[in-house]
Amino acid sequence: MYKIVEAAFLAQDIKKFVIEAPKIAVKRKAGQFVIVRIDERGERIPLTIADSDTGKGTITIIVQGVGKTTKQLNSLESGDAILDVVGPLGMASHIGNFGTTVSIGGGVGTAIAYPTAVALKEAGNYVITINGARSRDLVILEDEMKACSDEAYITTDDGSYGFHGFVTQKLQELIDEGKKLDFVLAIGPIPMMKAVAEVTRPYGIKTVVSLNPIMIDGTGMCGGCRVTVDNETKFACVDGPEFDAHLVDFKNLMDRNRMYQEYEKKALEKFEHECNITKQAIELEKSN
Amino acid sequence: MAEMLSPKERMKIQRQPMPEQPPLERCHNFEEVNYGFTKELAITEAQRCLQCKTPTCIDGCPVNIKIDEFIQLIVDEDFLGAAKKIKEDNALPAICGRVCPQEEQCEAKCIVGKKNEPVAIGRLERFVADIEMAEGVPPAPVTAAKKGKKVAIVGSGPAGLSCAGDLIYMGYDVTVFEALHELGGVLVYGIPEFRLPKEIVRKEIANLEKLGVKFERDAVIGRTTTIDELMQEDGFEAVFVGVGAGLPWFMNIPGENLVGVYSANEWLTRVNLMKAYKFPEFDSPVLDCRGKNVAVIGGGNTAMDAVRTALRLGAENAYIVYRRSEKEMPARIEEVHHAKDEGVQFMILTNPIEMIGDDDGRLTGMKCIKMELGEPDDSGRRRPVAIEGSEFVLDVDIAVVAIGNGSNPLIQQTTPEIDVNRRGNIVVDGNSMRTTKRGVFAGGDIVTGGATVILAMGAGRNAAKAIDEYLTENSDWPEIH
Ligand SMILES: Cc1cc2nc3c(=O)[nH]c(=O)nc-3n(C[C@H](O)[C@H](O)[C@H](O)COP(=O)(O)OP(=O)(O)OC[C@H]3O[C@@H](n4cnc5c(N)ncnc54)[C@H](O)[C@@H]3O)c2cc1C
Ligand SMILES: Cc1cc2nc3c(=O)[nH]c(=O)nc-3n(C[C@H](O)[C@H](O)[C@H](O)COP(=O)(O)OP(=O)(O)OC[C@H]3O[C@@H](n4cnc5c(N)ncnc54)[C@H](O)[C@@H]3O)c2cc1C
Ligand code: FES
Repeated sequence: MYKIVEAAFLAQDIKKFVIEAPKIAVKRKAGQFVIVRIDERGERIPLTIADSDTGKGTITIIVQGVGKTTKQLNSLESGDAILDVVGPLGMASHIGNFGTTVSIGGGVGTAIAYPTAVALKEAGNYVITINGARSRDLVILEDEMKACSDEAYITTDDGSYGFHGFVTQKLQELIDEGKKLDFVLAIGPIPMMKAVAEVTRPYGIKTVVSLNPIMIDGTGMCGGCRVTVDNETKFACVDGPEFDAHLVDFKNLMDRNRMYQEYEKKALEKFEHECNITKQAIELEKSN
Repeated sequence: MAEMLSPKERMKIQRQPMPEQPPLERCHNFEEVNYGFTKELAITEAQRCLQCKTPTCIDGCPVNIKIDEFIQLIVDEDFLGAAKKIKEDNALPAICGRVCPQEEQCEAKCIVGKKNEPVAIGRLERFVADIEMAEGVPPAPVTAAKKGKKVAIVGSGPAGLSCAGDLIYMGYDVTVFEALHELGGVLVYGIPEFRLPKEIVRKEIANLEKLGVKFERDAVIGRTTTIDELMQEDGFEAVFVGVGAGLPWFMNIPGENLVGVYSANEWLTRVNLMKAYKFPEFDSPVLDCRGKNVAVIGGGNTAMDAVRTALRLGAENAYIVYRRSEKEMPARIEEVHHAKDEGVQFMILTNPIEMIGDDDGRLTGMKCIKMELGEPDDSGRRRPVAIEGSEFVLDVDIAVVAIGNGSNPLIQQTTPEIDVNRRGNIVVDGNSMRTTKRGVFAGGDIVTGGATVILAMGAGRNAAKAIDEYLTENSDWPEIH
């Protein structure tokens, strides 16, 4: 059992957890993830290690509630425990002194981009961050991103905060301004990562994306996480999750990630139905 | 007590059939197919044994179980004594009795088998092991003095478990590290419930725990901790690596990453380990097979398990697609029969060359080519050769690739002093199971490539002996050539 020592919502449906996992805390490097299973009937899902505290022996994960497991996770509080947390898994981000780097996070992708931005800063790069969200109340890690950036931008789709538009528009603006960009890391929804790849491709800017295929073991045993990169099959959990954005077959990833859509809907409906029943029972008890 | 029979009378008794769930019933559920012998059946079967002076069956057993002696104990109706006798050589008889390929091992060497069908040694092994388990006989207590030395076991498959079991009886302080959340290796994530109930594996592991073996789940060696850290920081004086062959091979044909194409490992892991057949009661899903056509590519035990799983998930048509002929199939004969009885369709001498999908990237068909057998190849089996112009498309919604596993490179990547061969298997010195890194031993599928439960167990036992020798008598570490 892995104890949750801190839990707080950062934005609607996005929750930060600090979890006791001393071995993982010592080992983890930027870009690596853990696989989490909440309880005996639970699914195994991958979540990026956003931060760690080796002194306290804790790791931080930031979770967006999109389906059954992430919503169930987001219903847990400080003091609760998670049955299984295994890691650190995957290859660490390839960090070097590239020059000027841009870290782009879309939605909860910002949480995944954050540790790598910190590492890039520590390696001596000039770090630009673009932190995209649908609207102001969904912006996360604003202060943290600012702290590790030489230039920090926020974009919102509806213009309620920062730059009005998509992260790719901001990126294009930087390129058009004549900034020499040496390295771009983009993490977020698949269409966003694909769009970033298309922005940088004509300029030959080295661009890396962190892929999020469906995983089970996370150790290379099942092959469920396979992605097509440069027409070759790779296992994202051991060969990745980061790959050259210009070589990734995004359509294949998108198709594969939709594989269980109907099942996921069913699982979520069942979960929310059960939550409602529990809520009603609690209300009933209170009123009695 | 059963009466003494003459050899002639013994030879007259027919091999007793295994009571089993009717095929058309069992192909809809995940409960065990074989019920096991009753006492009466077991005694009758045991009486078929001629009690040869020099029992050849024992040579056929990779761990040399004293077969004649345990069978005589069954005739004497001392079932617990028989179980104890087996356990002198095999720590996991309830498991081996179910999954060993006896027809190629002990039973192949049985003298009765020369004229008649061989004595059903495997079924008898299972019978006494089940009785012992049902009676809740506790494991024999550890009597050896504590050695005060720590040994780490990496991987909780049959190799790791048998090594741990032997070492704990020798007085070592043993910790098993397992990457997954459940212990047992292929026994829990690969072999399905209908062939090996997980409850049996759990009981065996609980016994080891009672004896003092410590288990750490969620521990990926190479990631969470490395072998060097285990030895230098955590005080382990020897390490046994039994991580299995866990890297699924694909065919490298076009379309293999389409939605609906699985590796057998993923397919079986979802269903067995994650219990996807109970979705949504359990959270992990697997594609619904009801009304669908499912093709499994391969001819080994894994392929049989995968295809019979598809039937149980409701497949309309479940195919085995295998490029050689049935004779070359590496699966246990019993499992091939079971699959046929349940309605699996065998497409032999057929090789997939392309997976075909729709616009959403979902599998719709599999292009195959017919094969014929040519000259023998390295494995001694006749090489399959494509028949030109014989291509056809098989309508399938789901395909499961069960053509074997390579070695997971994680340990080697993080402990480069451990040499591996061209195929990624760890190189060990013949009998001592020593790797090229001092204090590190290895055995099971990671050394041999995909093999059998009993060979993995045997390797674990040999390693335990070698580790004991290394830690108490002779710490030399000769070079391996
Ligand atoms: C390496 C990696 C790092 C990730 N890091 C984070 C993170 O830091 N924060 C975060 O909020 N999310 C992260 N994700 C995504 C997260 O794992 C999924 O959102 C989660 O699994 C969805 O599960 P669910 O039951 O809540 O939703 P579901 O309704 O089951 O699924 C929603 C979508 O998530 C994907 N998904 C479903 N099951 C899995 C699975 N077992 N493994 C991976 N993806 C799955 C599918 O594309 C699916 O369409 C990461 C994914 C990967 C591969
Ligand atoms: C579907 C299927 C059916 C089979 N049927 C039969 C049969 O009927 N009869 C038969 O005799 N054989 C059968 N086999 C073969 C048999 O199961 C294997 O030969 C045997 O399990 C090998 O044992 P092992 O201990 O070497 O490895 P495994 O059983 O593979 O166990 C290795 C364990 O190590 C863990 N591990 C891997 N890497 C790490 C790491 N870095 N850190 C920590 N832990 C790690 C794995 O998670 C796993 O639990 C079958 C195999 C499969 C896949
Ligand atoms: S998640 Fe199973 S191989 Fe990557």
